[in-house]
Amino acid sequence: MSVSLILALGLAVLGYVIAPRRALAVAGGDARTLAALPRQYGLNALLAVLVPSFAILIAGTLAGAGAYLGWTILVVAVVGFAGSLFKITPDYRARTHAENWIKLILIAASVVAILTTVGIVFSMLFEARNFFSQYDWKDFFLSAEWSPNFRGNSSLGILPLLWGTLYISFIALVFAVPIGLFAAIYLSEYASRRMRSVTKPAIEILAGIPTIVYGLFALVTVGPFLRDYFAAPMGFGGSASSVMTAGLVMGVMLIPFVSSLSDDIINAVPQTMRDGSLALGATKSETIRQVVIPAALPGIVGATLLAASRAIGETMIVVLGAGAAARLSLNPFEAMTTVTVKIVSQLTGDTDFASPETLVAFALGMTLFVITLCLNVLALLIVRKYREQYE
Amino acid sequence: MTHKSLLTADARIKKRNAAEARFKAYGLGAIIIAMLALSLLLTSVVSTGSSAFKQTYATVSVPLTEAKLDKSGTRDLAVMKKVTTIGYTSLLRDGMVAAVEELGLDTTLSAKDIGGMLSKEAAATVRNRVLANPDIVGTSVMFKLLTNGRIDGYFKGRVTMESAALDGNTSPEELQLAQELADAGVIATTFNWAFLTAPDASDQRPEAAGLGVAILGSLYMMIIVLVLALPIGVAASIYLEEFAPKNRWTDVIEVNISNLAAVPSIVYGILGLAIFINFMEFNQSSPMVGGLVLTLMTLPTIIISTRASLKSVPPSIRDAALGVGASKMQSVFHHVLPLAAPGILTGTIIGLAQALGETAPLLLIGMVAFVREYPAAYTADAGLFGEASTALPVQVFNWTQRADPGFVERASGAIITLLIFLLIMNAIAIFLRRKFERRW
Repeated sequence: MSVSLILALGLAVLGYVIAPRRALAVAGGDARTLAALPRQYGLNALLAVLVPSFAILIAGTLAGAGAYLGWTILVVAVVGFAGSLFKITPDYRARTHAENWIKLILIAASVVAILTTVGIVFSMLFEARNFFSQYDWKDFFLSAEWSPNFRGNSSLGILPLLWGTLYISFIALVFAVPIGLFAAIYLSEYASRRMRSVTKPAIEILAGIPTIVYGLFALVTVGPFLRDYFAAPMGFGGSASSVMTAGLVMGVMLIPFVSSLSDDIINAVPQTMRDGSLALGATKSETIRQVVIPAALPGIVGATLLAASRAIGETMIVVLGAGAAARLSLNPFEAMTTVTVKIVSQLTGDTDFASPETLVAFALGMTLFVITLCLNVLALLIVRKYREQYE
Repeated sequence: MTHKSLLTADARIKKRNAAEARFKAYGLGAIIIAMLALSLLLTSVVSTGSSAFKQTYATVSVPLTEAKLDKSGTRDLAVMKKVTTIGYTSLLRDGMVAAVEELGLDTTLSAKDIGGMLSKEAAATVRNRVLANPDIVGTSVMFKLLTNGRIDGYFKGRVTMESAALDGNTSPEELQLAQELADAGVIATTFNWAFLTAPDASDQRPEAAGLGVAILGSLYMMIIVLVLALPIGVAASIYLEEFAPKNRWTDVIEVNISNLAAVPSIVYGILGLAIFINFMEFNQSSPMVGGLVLTLMTLPTIIISTRASLKSVPPSIRDAALGVGASKMQSVFHHVLPLAAPGILTGTIIGLAQALGETAPLLLIGMVAFVREYPAAYTADAGLFGEASTALPVQVFNWTQRADPGFVERASGAIITLLIFLLIMNAIAIFLRRKFERRW
């Protein structure tokens, strides 16, 4: 196969060199009578070989065809080479044809995004279907017990995991939304230019820190701190990893996310609305509370939904901060677990893709994907609608 | 109704002004909390992790007795390899005891405990050196050897006399002796290059664990992401921004891309596991799979930022190119793209930085494995980037799961390394933006 790839490459280069000469020869040596510059003929020959052969190569590898792939590539390359050379006449619009090949490449690239989504959906759908053929869907979605057992006979109910996920996300949002929103309001309405130029990048640093760093922060600093100064003295339990630990650290992670989204949204509120309110004698804070915020409300709701989707899908902070025990409890200082934690724990280490204990991860992933997809689409629709309102 | 001067504030005005001040204070408070969280996070990481960049070594003369290492006296490597690290441990013990006696230090420790002050890794170091150069057998050679994790921790302030008294792996006498050896210059703490170059080490020897394999693996993956995500992302953005007709199909692609940017990263891990490993049968834990998964994850980021920078090139540029006879394609490739390049580059670097710090998807494709061999970029067996490897953020996670407290320091040190890489990348991005950004 690699031989035919090299041959195809060679043909492409050969075409790139020969085609302009042939075009000149056809035109009787006078480039002015050609429909395109000579090098456009070369470019066309190059692309006519490369584009189809690479298309075959990628399609063949994806489909898993091995044996005849090399020959097919070679045939396609030769056809492309011969075709592009034989078609050369003075009237042949080589530039248009070459550009059509390029356009094809561009379209293929944008299809990758679609293929990714299709791949995500199918990979999870396929294995989740395997799971549900071995395990009743009612038990999965409605059971409140999670105790996987690799010798079989596991209880795999999603409810305790969902509860942990939602509880942690709730705490994170309660922490992050007010702080992020107020930070955005202060920065866009009150802060001096100098303060803005210092504070904004600092908040953006928070956004650029990988989640594993937050995870370690939760594990090493926040968890023990909460245990020693809050949970243990107040009699809430002695676990360092807890809903509170994960929620607070995740809240810190979400602050820059909420504040930069809110900042955009607040800045999109037209200045005339503020001026009108101020002219009527309202103070700055009254203007913000009674004019700017109501006008920006849909956008803020959208930002909150996006933040919620981030919180629900977050993995490393909860893996290191929340614990592994599946539990339905109200005590925020107790260790609980989330959907993402269980996806990780069921798919790392020894896995057997025939057992429901492993396959359940795909059903969990599917649930996670659907929840976040709904939140994202809803948020995007709201934000989009909101933007149009003031454009 | 009484009329008062506008200049004296009445009760209601005072109340409103107070509300104004309160509101402003809330905003300032929010910013202070955010800044506090940032500084807390960074100090926590730096204070636990900076000591990973220093390491305590003992410089001792080890007698490489022929009777123990090469009974036959033929210097035949095949025979000498039969002596395992256990065989070398007794020699190290002799070396340490000799060093203690030479200095005339008093200690109640047994010879075994004195030998145990060296890391378990030290025997392997000596063995490798002997096997690389069999001629040194029979002589005494000075070695710079790792001390064990507790002694290392003592010189870094992690282990104290009080904690040693409660610890089964060390004793206050041992630390006392270590202190005396340090005063005599036998034990010294130096900069830890091995932390950046050595491979991972097993559970009992945090002092020997390094980031070499992880950095190499991350580098491989970044190369894959750069080579795949940049051209695909730019091509997709050019199509969507410049050529795509506005219809339902392109609308679907658009919504799809903004959704992909918000899909939880772990979902990409599931995709990688199901498609690349189970279906297409790439090697597990290989940088190739990791790179592909990260490429798919980074694409939306690059597409979004590239489209923004294409959009910021004014239409007059395109019109001028078209006006002098360029085709649409030529106007884009010859004029629009070069003008948008700084923005595209900035977006790409930020996308790469994001990919470098991503952990969750890599856990699922098996990059948590314990890898001690440096992965080769290409081998005939495993193919391109096909050898098992780890990555920087995954190594951090891996070390947090180990019992020995020495690994917490290593994990924080690894995070510092990761953050330094990210800082450099972001600094480059900011520099590029400042230097080349044009306002139209």
